[in-house]
Amino acid sequence: MIDQFKGMKPSRRNFLRGAAASGAAIVGGATAARAEGEPAILEKKPWSQFLGAGVDEAPYGMPSKFEAHVRRQNVPWLTADPVSSINFTPLHELDGIITPNGLCFERHHSGVAEVDPAEYRLMINGLVDRPLVFTLQDLMRFPRENHVYFLECAANTGMEWAGSQLNGCQFTHGMIHNVMYTGVPLRLLLAEAGVKTNGKWLLTEGADASGMTRSIPMEKALDDCLVAFKMNGEALRPEQGYPVRLVVPGWEGNMWVKWLRRIEVGDEPWHHREETSKYTDLLANGQARRFTWEMDAKSVITSPSPQMPISHGPGPLTISGVAWSGRGTIPRVDVTTDGGINWQQARISGPSLDKSMHRFYLDIQWDGKPMLLQSRAHDSTGYVQPTKDQLRTVRGENSIYHNNGIQTWAVDEQGVAENVEIS
Amino acid sequence: MSKFLKIFAPASAGAASVLTMAYFLADQFVVDIPAPVRGAFIHPAQAQETATPAVIEPTPVSLPQGGLGLGRAAMPMEIAAWDIDVRPDGQGLPVGSGDVFTGEEIYIEKCSVCHGDFGEARGRWPQLAGGQGTLEHDDPVKTIGSYWPYLSTVYDYVYRAMPFGEAQSLEPDEVYAITAYLLYLNDLVDDDFELSNANFLEVDMPNADNFFMDDRAETELPIFVSADICMENCKDSVEITMHASVIDVTPDTEETAIQAAVIETAPEPAAEPETAVAEAAEAPHAADPALIAAGEAAFRQCQACHQVGDGAVNRTGPVLNGMLGRTIGSVDGFRYSNVFADAAGAGEIWTEERLSAFLANPRQAMSGTRMSFRGVRDDDEIAALIAYLESFAD
Repeated sequence: MIDQFKGMKPSRRNFLRGAAASGAAIVGGATAARAEGEPAILEKKPWSQFLGAGVDEAPYGMPSKFEAHVRRQNVPWLTADPVSSINFTPLHELDGIITPNGLCFERHHSGVAEVDPAEYRLMINGLVDRPLVFTLQDLMRFPRENHVYFLECAANTGMEWAGSQLNGCQFTHGMIHNVMYTGVPLRLLLAEAGVKTNGKWLLTEGADASGMTRSIPMEKALDDCLVAFKMNGEALRPEQGYPVRLVVPGWEGNMWVKWLRRIEVGDEPWHHREETSKYTDLLANGQARRFTWEMDAKSVITSPSPQMPISHGPGPLTISGVAWSGRGTIPRVDVTTDGGINWQQARISGPSLDKSMHRFYLDIQWDGKPMLLQSRAHDSTGYVQPTKDQLRTVRGENSIYHNNGIQTWAVDEQGVAENVEIS
Repeated sequence: MSKFLKIFAPASAGAASVLTMAYFLADQFVVDIPAPVRGAFIHPAQAQETATPAVIEPTPVSLPQGGLGLGRAAMPMEIAAWDIDVRPDGQGLPVGSGDVFTGEEIYIEKCSVCHGDFGEARGRWPQLAGGQGTLEHDDPVKTIGSYWPYLSTVYDYVYRAMPFGEAQSLEPDEVYAITAYLLYLNDLVDDDFELSNANFLEVDMPNADNFFMDDRAETELPIFVSADICMENCKDSVEITMHASVIDVTPDTEETAIQAAVIETAPEPAAEPETAVAEAAEAPHAADPALIAAGEAAFRQCQACHQVGDGAVNRTGPVLNGMLGRTIGSVDGFRYSNVFADAAGAGEIWTEERLSAFLANPRQAMSGTRMSFRGVRDDDEIAALIAYLESFAD
């Protein structure tokens, strides 16, 4: 550890968690009960004596006030303006595989469009037999499906290409969420309109003031894309495209057009701004990859991590993290505590779904010594998550997008974690 | 989808044919090519815990021939209203033209406030010109001239999404003119150039040939494989080579979040009296809270460019604290347009009447302003905005 370490400052929350700073001094990890007993038990607490709020106090329920620190957050220096910006999912505070709707990261190009569902229309035009207009009600009369998919921005971890920069998995890996969508398979809507034989590409367009557009190949559209109107059972949140967004499983988040208003069928891609100026991957030789749609397999340890230090001292420690792949499922995650000298297979718990986040755990006995934590995802195609240096060897440091390299957290004797890179 | 990537991969080596490649490949979706061969994957016993099928895969739904009869026919005028996209082959370009000189005038008025007079960009807004020869450097500058492969993308995006906060307000001739000026700023045309739908395809973009199809299926998937992955004694030693704390650019998560949370979740307003009192004390008049709240909502259309309140700083537009009663064009450190500088020189004051007229029609009230905003139509909304701004005295 270097002297000028300025990671997470001691915070009220860590203090409340109990003796974070003095963790190393606690022997055996058990809570040291005072001889006279704990007030938490001996004192009558107000919640145990007096009546609480009745039903309907919060017709739409919110998390406990003690969880108010669990929130999306942006990195102000990253963008010119919050109207065209991004914030980050607090991965370090979450567990399981589903991201709560209110914590799904936001990325807008011209702010959140407030679309009146009564005036919502979806148009399909171009190389089709029958150019059509659907209302929201029309869409809900098609057979619908439910699928859990991750949505990852292609720029997730993009600030780390040149080296460790941001201290916290919320900032390094938080441009992702994992949600159950309810929607109509796009192929059914296309069949309704009747795609002409020369229809090979779609232009999907949003109703917001950026008029977001992306070209999508017909094969993907007919495979697993959804026109979704529900997330985790309820209507899409405004910031996630209410009332209708496109779901493009496993592919970069920019293609999941929000406030979807139009689908045009064409015979060629459109090469619009978001697939030329942006979302192309500049390599070291000055040439750029385009149409890098699939998200490579990736993982990150969410706890311990810089925003989630170890607060309990040596003893049993649950290392927890998430893994995902745009090409399938994650049957295996390896974890190392010594910077990659030795690895152990982690335990995956919870549903293992195609193109969905997976939750892994490694339960260890921590000896209180510094650790270099890494996780390494394997996906169902046999792909294994590369190191950052392996990626740089192929791509250089200028590609911004698709950084799926292995993340390292250095944990010190106090349990404090820092974003580092290692040899 | 790996099959799909495989289709594209072989062509990627020939970057020179990029322009025509996509068109060519579009016809190959029907060709069935075997999935790429990968290293054998060993299924770990430990992961089997969750291998039980977690969901029943849905039976693929198919519709009767001719569909369900849902939706209605899109009318030609409706398609014309929404179908504004332009492709590299010129499909979608409207009839029109505009020259560099006209483009400069429009650009200075509507674009320069974010992108700079010469496309050099202000703050972190996108730089539009320059950067040629930097794509192989450590800090590549990706502009229209140095990076963008197609001119059609400029036309499409400028009409579709610009000016920021006033999208689709430009006429085709204006978009042609701005596009011509952007070419001029990038040294791609002379100052007497006129761009039109007729000569649009004749413009060569210098970086057009430097894009190629995703080739990860060939360059990365074969080497990033889990077969023979090392699990024990994989290296002799480990050194930390880089610390995020050295750069120290992480937002101060915990304290900010907790402070905000304390304020937001205070069970009763009385729990944080100083906050409420302090804000009320700032208002010079006995302001109507409902009107201020309405003004706060209306201010959303301003906040892309203007900040107000504690910690406000000049952005695209100046800070608006203490605006009423202050000299026009007098915020320190903000670079005003001439009309504002003149008003400041003449000692003119922001009165309610003056501000009201400006908000209703900025370009009429302050002819030559760089503020790219159409104005507020509704008088009540103007009153609300003024009440909101008045609540931020200096």
